[in-house]
Amino acid sequence: MTSVAHKTLGTHDAHHAPMSFWRKYIFSTDHKIIGIQFLFVSLLFLLVGGLLAMQIRWQLGFPGKPMPGGGILPESMAAGGVILPEYYVQLVSMHGTFMVFFAIMPLLVGVYANFLIPLKLGAHDMAFPRINMASFWLALLAGLIMTASFFVPNGPIRSGWTNYAPLAARPDLSGVTVGQMLWCVSIVVLGLSSVMGSLNYITTVINHRAPGMTWFRMPLSVWALFITAILGVLALPVLQGAAIMLLFDNVLGTHFFDPVAGGQALLWQHLFWFFGHPEVYILILPAMGMVSDIIANGSRKPIFGYHSMVFAIIGIAFLGWIVWGHHMFMSGMNPTLGSSFMVSTLLIAVPSAVKVFNWLGTMWRGNLHFHVPMLNAIGFVSMFTIGGLSGIFMAATPVDIPIHDTQFIVAHIHYVLFGGSLFALFAAIPYWYPKMFGRMMHEGIGKLHFGLTFIFYNLTFFPMHIIGMGGQMRRIYDPTIYDFLKPQQPLNVFISYSAFALFTVQILFVFNFLWSLKFGKKAPQNPWNDNGMEWSLPNPAPHGNWERTPNVYRGPYEFSSPEAGDKDFLPQFVKLPTDRDPVPAPVPAGH
Amino acid sequence: MRWWLPDAGSTFAGPIDTMFLAILIITGIALVLVEVGVVTFVIRYRARPGRKAFYTHGSTRAEVIWTAIPAVTMVALGLVSNHYWVLIKDRKSVPPNAYHIGVHAKQFEWQITYPGPDGKLGTADDFTVRNQLHVPVNEPVAAELSSEDVIHSFFVPEWRLKQDAVPGMHIIAWFQATKTGEFELGCAELCGMGHYKMRARVFVHTPEEFKAWVTQQAAGGGGSE
Amino acid sequence: MNGRILSVVGGMFLLTVCSKGDTGNAAAVPAAPPAAATSEASADGGTITGKIKFTGTPPKMPTIDMSEEAACKAKYPAPPKEEMVVAGAANALANVFVYVSAGLPANAKYQAPSTPVVLDQNGCRYHPHVLGIMVGQNLEIKNSDPLLHNIKAIAKKNRGFNVSQPNAGMTRDVTFSAPEVMVNLECNVHGWMHAYAGVRPDPFFAVSGADGSFSIKGLPPGTYTVEAWHEKFGTQTATVTIAATESKTANFTFAAH
Repeated sequence: MTSVAHKTLGTHDAHHAPMSFWRKYIFSTDHKIIGIQFLFVSLLFLLVGGLLAMQIRWQLGFPGKPMPGGGILPESMAAGGVILPEYYVQLVSMHGTFMVFFAIMPLLVGVYANFLIPLKLGAHDMAFPRINMASFWLALLAGLIMTASFFVPNGPIRSGWTNYAPLAARPDLSGVTVGQMLWCVSIVVLGLSSVMGSLNYITTVINHRAPGMTWFRMPLSVWALFITAILGVLALPVLQGAAIMLLFDNVLGTHFFDPVAGGQALLWQHLFWFFGHPEVYILILPAMGMVSDIIANGSRKPIFGYHSMVFAIIGIAFLGWIVWGHHMFMSGMNPTLGSSFMVSTLLIAVPSAVKVFNWLGTMWRGNLHFHVPMLNAIGFVSMFTIGGLSGIFMAATPVDIPIHDTQFIVAHIHYVLFGGSLFALFAAIPYWYPKMFGRMMHEGIGKLHFGLTFIFYNLTFFPMHIIGMGGQMRRIYDPTIYDFLKPQQPLNVFISYSAFALFTVQILFVFNFLWSLKFGKKAPQNPWNDNGMEWSLPNPAPHGNWERTPNVYRGPYEFSSPEAGDKDFLPQFVKLPTDRDPVPAPVPAGH
Repeated sequence: MRWWLPDAGSTFAGPIDTMFLAILIITGIALVLVEVGVVTFVIRYRARPGRKAFYTHGSTRAEVIWTAIPAVTMVALGLVSNHYWVLIKDRKSVPPNAYHIGVHAKQFEWQITYPGPDGKLGTADDFTVRNQLHVPVNEPVAAELSSEDVIHSFFVPEWRLKQDAVPGMHIIAWFQATKTGEFELGCAELCGMGHYKMRARVFVHTPEEFKAWVTQQAAGGGGSE
Repeated sequence: MNGRILSVVGGMFLLTVCSKGDTGNAAAVPAAPPAAATSEASADGGTITGKIKFTGTPPKMPTIDMSEEAACKAKYPAPPKEEMVVAGAANALANVFVYVSAGLPANAKYQAPSTPVVLDQNGCRYHPHVLGIMVGQNLEIKNSDPLLHNIKAIAKKNRGFNVSQPNAGMTRDVTFSAPEVMVNLECNVHGWMHAYAGVRPDPFFAVSGADGSFSIKGLPPGTYTVEAWHEKFGTQTATVTIAATESKTANFTFAAH
C-alpha cells in the first residue's frame, strides 16, 4: 500500500540536521517524545502510588503488626516497623495525590493527548511545541516537589488527597508544616503545566486538523481528549486558586478556611470539588475515548452510534460541572441544595449508560479479535459498569447517608479509576507501543497479565463494598477497635492478600514493557489493521510526522466496510478511486 | 461476618434499607444485562476465519431506548430519594418535641451535653459527658452538632445517621432510636492522626432508665457509668 | 512571621532537610563550669531547699471516667482523679516546678546530661505530671498502655510536635531547643491527660514531691531569683543569696482560690 512511500519518508527525515541526544530526547519539542517522557515519568509515579497502597493494605489487614521491611522507615513514620497513625494518614493522602495528579492524569492526558492528537489528526506537531515541552518539565517539577515532602520535617500532608480545611489549613491541628506548603506549591505548578498542555491540545484540535478531518471524522479518542482539555483548562485554575488560599492560610495567617477568624470551612470543599468533579471526568473521558477506538478495532466494526458517543462525552463534561455538591451531602450544606445536586448526579448516569450500551452494540455481531488491548478494553467496559452503577447508591441521597465516607466509596472510586482508567491504560499502552517504540509488547505475557490483574483486581476491590456497607469508615488506621467492625476483619485480611497479589502481578507488565523495548517483535507498519491516520506512518513515527500534510477521506471506524474489498478495514488515509481530495482548510494543518 | 448493612436501630433504617435494596435490584439488573451481554458477545462473535463483522453505524431506535430507560429510572429514583432526604435532613423536619442534646466534637473526642432535669439546653443544670451518648428509645432526639477545631462526622451505623460537625456551623441532626442496647459512634471524616480513635459509646435506654441516668448525672454522679 | 517565611523558603529549596529536626547544639561546646551541670551534689555548690504549701481548701478533683479504655481502667482499684492540684498531708503542694529564673552568670553554659528524662504514659495518665528538663536533653516518651496515645507539645519558643504511639512499649526521644516554662503536653485521645515540661538552659530546677518539698543543688555563689510555678495557682518568686556551699531555704505558699 503506502508503506514504501513512508519508509522513504522516514529516511528522508534523517537528512535533516542531526539532533543531539539532549535536543532529541530530553529538551524535545516533538509531541511524540514529550508523550513518551510523560509515559516513563508517570509510570514511575504509578509505582510509587502502588507502593504506598501496599503499606495501607498492610496496616488495614494487620493493624499494629510490624510491616516487613518497615524497619528502614524513620521513627517519624514507623516504630519498630509498626506504621504510626500519622504515617498511615500520610500514606492515604499521598497515595491519592500521586495516583490522581501524577499517575492517572498524566498517563491519560500527558501521554496520550500529546502522542495521539497530532498523529490522529494528520498534524505535524502540536500548535505550540515549546509550551508543550514546558508543560512536561513543569509536571516533572511538580512531581519532584510533591515527592520531596516525604523528606522534610513532619513529612507530607495528613489531611487526605482532598485536604479538607481547616485540618489542612492549621499546622497546629494537622501537625504538618513544610509538607502542606509543598503540596500547595506542587499543585500550583502542576496546574500551570496542565493549563499549558490543555490550551495546546485545544488549539491543535481546532486549527491543525488535516484536510478532510472534519469534526465528525475525528476518532472518539481525540474527541474525548479535546473535551478533557476544555475541562482541564477550566478546572485546574480553580484548584490553583484554592491551593494558593490554602498556602496563605498556612503561611501568612490568613483565615480563608478557618472559622476562628471569619473563614468558611465549607468554602474549601466547594472550591476543591468544583475542580474535583470535572477532574474525575478528566480521569475517565480519555479512557473512554481510547477504549472506543480499541473496541471498534477489536470488533472489526464501526463504533455503534458515533454521534451519540460524541454527545455523551459532551453531556458528561457539561453535567460534570454541576454535580460537585454530591461530595458534600453530609457536610452540612443546605439539604435543598443537596436535592438539586442529587438530580444532576443521577442524570449523569444517562450518558454513561449510553456509552456502555454503545460499546456493547459495537461488539454485537462483530468479529472479535482478542488481542491484549481488546481484552483490557473489554475489562474496562465490564469494570467501569460496576463503578458507574455503584455510584448510583451514593447519588441517591438517603442511601448515601450510611455509606458516605466508608470503604464503599473507596470501592467505587477504585472501580472507576482502576477498573476504568487503569484498564484503559493497559489497553492503550500495548496498542500504541509499536507507534512509540517500533516494537510490539509480548502478547502472551500481556494476556497473562490481563487475566491475573482482572482476577486479583476484583478480589481486592469488590469486598470493599461489603466492608463499607458494614460501616468501615475511610482513612481509619485500625478498624479492629470498633466492635461493629471486628467481625469483618477477616475480609480486610483477604483484601490485603489480594492487593499484594495484584501488585505483584504488575511485575509482568513492567517486565513486558521494559523487555519489549529491546527485544520485542519488530512492529509491522499497521499491526492492528487499524484505520487511524497514525498508521500511515512508519513505526516509530519520525520527527514532524508527515513530510507532506496527508488528506483524510473518511471517518475513523470503517471496519468491514463493503468498500474495503477483501480487507476488513478501510483507513482514513486511503484514497479509493471514488474519493475526491478534500479542499484544504483555510488554516493549513501543521506549518 | 456480615454481608449486609448493620442491624436497623432507628426509624431511618427502614426506608434507607429498602431504597438500598431497590437500587441494588435496579443496578443488579443493569449489571447482569451488561455482563451477560459482554460474555455472550465474546463467545458468540469471536473471530473465526472467513467471518466478517456486520457493517452498521448504529441504530437510532436502540439508542433512544437505552437513553430513555435509564433517564426515566433515574428521575423516578430521584423523586423517591428526595422524599426521604427531606424527611431525614431538612431543617424543618426536626420534630418539635425532639429532645435536644449538644454534641461537640474536638480532636479526638466527643463531648456530649445533656439538658439536665429541666430538659432545656443552655441552662445551669446542663452536664457534659465525654465519649458517652445516652438517649431514650423511641423518642426523637436532636443532636446539635458543633466542632472545636476541624471537620468531624457523627456516624452511628445502626441508626443510618451521618452528619458532619463543622467548625463555625451549628447543624442539627435528628433521629429516633428504635432499639435499646449499646452501640458505637465513630468519626467518619478524617480529622487528624487520632481520627480512628475518635470513638464514643452509645447507650439507648428505656425512657425510665434514661430519666434515672439523667437524674444521677445531674446530681453530680461523677463520670462513672 | 519571619520564621514562617523562612520555613517556606527552606521548604522550597532545602528539599533534602532530614526529618530528624534540629540536632544542632546551638550553644558552642561550652567551657562548662566544672561539674556544674552533671554532679548531683557538688561539694563546692550551694543548695536551695524548701517546702511548698497552699492555704485554703483544695479544689475537689473530678474523677476520670476511663470506662472507654478498659486497659487503663483496670490499672486502678478506684476511679482515678485528675491531677490539676495534688495535695499532700498538711496542705503540702506537689507538682510545683521550681527553678532559678535570674541571677546566673549571663555567659554560663551548661552541658545537658546524657541520661534522658522519662515521660511514661501509663494507665492513661502521664508520669510524671510535671517535669523539668534541660535544653538539648532527651525526653524519652514511653507508652505503657496497649492503646493509642498522641503527645502534642504546645510551645511558644520551641518547635511544637505531635507524635503518636499506638502500641505498648513504643518509645520516642524528643529534645527542646530553647528555654521555656512551661511547654504544655497533652493527649487528644484522652482529654484529661495533661503534662507540663519546664525547659531550662541550666540544671538548677526541681519539682516538688508529694510532701511539697524540693531541693536545687550545686549552685555557685550568687544572688538568685527563684520562681515557683503551679498549673492552677500561678507563679511566685523569692530572692535567695548563696555563699559557697551553704544551704538556704525558700518556702512558697500559694493561695487556693
